[in-house]
Amino acid sequence: MLELKDIQAAYGRVKVLHGVSLSAKSGEIHCLLGRNGAGKTTVMKAIMGLVPLSAGSVELDGECLSDLPAHEVPKRRVGYVPQGRRLFPELSVAENIDVGLMTCDVSADTRGWVLDIFPPLKDRLNQQANTLSGGEQQMLATARALCLRPQVLLLDEPTEGLQPSMIEQIRQVVVRMKSEGVAILLVEQRVDAVLSIADQVTFVENGRDLETVTAEMLRAQPEKLKLHLGV
Amino acid sequence: MDFGPHLMLASLEGAVTAAILALTAMGLSIVFGVMRVVNVAHGEFYMLGAVLAWVVASMVGASPALGFVAALVVAPLIVGCIAVVADRVILQRVEYDPDRTIVATIGLLYIIQQTTLMTFGPDARPVEPPFNDRLALPWFELGESGFEMFWPWGLSITSYKLFVIFAAMAILTALWLLMTRSKAGLIMRATQQDSETAQAFGIPVGRVYSYVFGLGAGLAAVGAVLVVPIQQAHYLMGHDPLLLSFIVVIIGGLGSLPGTVIAAFLIGMSDGIISVFFTPTLAKIFATLVVALVLVFRPQGLLGRVER
Repeated sequence: MLELKDIQAAYGRVKVLHGVSLSAKSGEIHCLLGRNGAGKTTVMKAIMGLVPLSAGSVELDGECLSDLPAHEVPKRRVGYVPQGRRLFPELSVAENIDVGLMTCDVSADTRGWVLDIFPPLKDRLNQQANTLSGGEQQMLATARALCLRPQVLLLDEPTEGLQPSMIEQIRQVVVRMKSEGVAILLVEQRVDAVLSIADQVTFVENGRDLETVTAEMLRAQPEKLKLHLGV
Repeated sequence: MDFGPHLMLASLEGAVTAAILALTAMGLSIVFGVMRVVNVAHGEFYMLGAVLAWVVASMVGASPALGFVAALVVAPLIVGCIAVVADRVILQRVEYDPDRTIVATIGLLYIIQQTTLMTFGPDARPVEPPFNDRLALPWFELGESGFEMFWPWGLSITSYKLFVIFAAMAILTALWLLMTRSKAGLIMRATQQDSETAQAFGIPVGRVYSYVFGLGAGLAAVGAVLVVPIQQAHYLMGHDPLLLSFIVVIIGGLGSLPGTVIAAFLIGMSDGIISVFFTPTLAKIFATLVVALVLVFRPQGLLGRVER
């Protein structure tokens, strides 16, 4: 289980997170909802160790991740799909996947497993990543994270700027990972997408977690969305 | 000597300059490309490589060839290790901030230069080449009975200078294979393109930076070891290679390795040819003029990419 205990973080002198606590269990999709600038992406970066914590801790199955150097965090099988995909633009599709495969000791069949999840990438292995379409880039970013055979998957706005068919494909992958026991932390702006797949939802505002509710409760009480998001 | 053989002789001298320059500038280019650090101390790593080559060759002493081979292995290794330590002690502490790294490497330049002066003194030190046979070169001209081959007086090159050209080509090929075909190269290229995401995939960016800084300095030292049987080692010899390396890296495109090789060839050849036909000063003026023109008309360099 991934557990965030009152984490606080800053970019230089600008404090962005003032105390966020949440937990994501295996086989559960936990969504972060909040307005732009609420601190959702910073929470993801803080989990990955890319933004240092000034207080609080991030724990995975009892091990404190926030005490580790940033490059050790993914070796605990924490896969990260950053906002805007952040592919290595001048590396080929195959090389981007290789970077993912190098992260942890994974079985030899992982490359095939990942490419079976995203078959269109098989025809593009030698193509430079920045020449892919937006949808293919998102597939590659997700495939690269799945190369870790993650026990925790962090997805930061994975459907941003994608056409509906591609959004559905990404949604199916997320649901599949959930069924395989992966703990998923999802940042998403599209409330309908969140309500259809999430188990838990945490509202974040001004760097604080306001409330954590079940998706079921949110579907029953949509006025909470109005209260926290104004939609 | 006629113009044709004279031009060939100048071109060969230029090829030797280009070979050394390509190795030295490649070190600067890799460091900038991966770490975004403008290493003002790069010329001093070159100088240190040359001085250490003399130290190692003198210590081995047995035969010039053995001393040279030992220098070729040991000097770049020591220089690389010193650069790794400098990275950890200085550059990591200033968090690779572009402005502070320039000031820090200026400081490093003087530390290396003055330490070398205090340790080894101000004298120029020769290293004997492992072999140095003079090879006469033929020239062909269309005469009354077709193409004729003859041996113009003075058209020759030493076997050592030919070795320098081929050794530089072999090292650059090995470097290209390292960068494009090996796991280490993939890690360096991933770090170059997005260091934060590289960390999110288990790449220890700090350690990669240290090794890249060591590799860059090591390449400068290899260039210096190759040149030291032609020029003597001296504690002030780092200035020219630094200037020429910056010229090459700017013309080639900051961080572009193929661009660096092309620019080194252009500047090295022009330096050799202009120096032979006119003066070395004119060659430097020409190189500086080319940089000015590149900065005005193609600021990203020949093969550099425009940052968006």
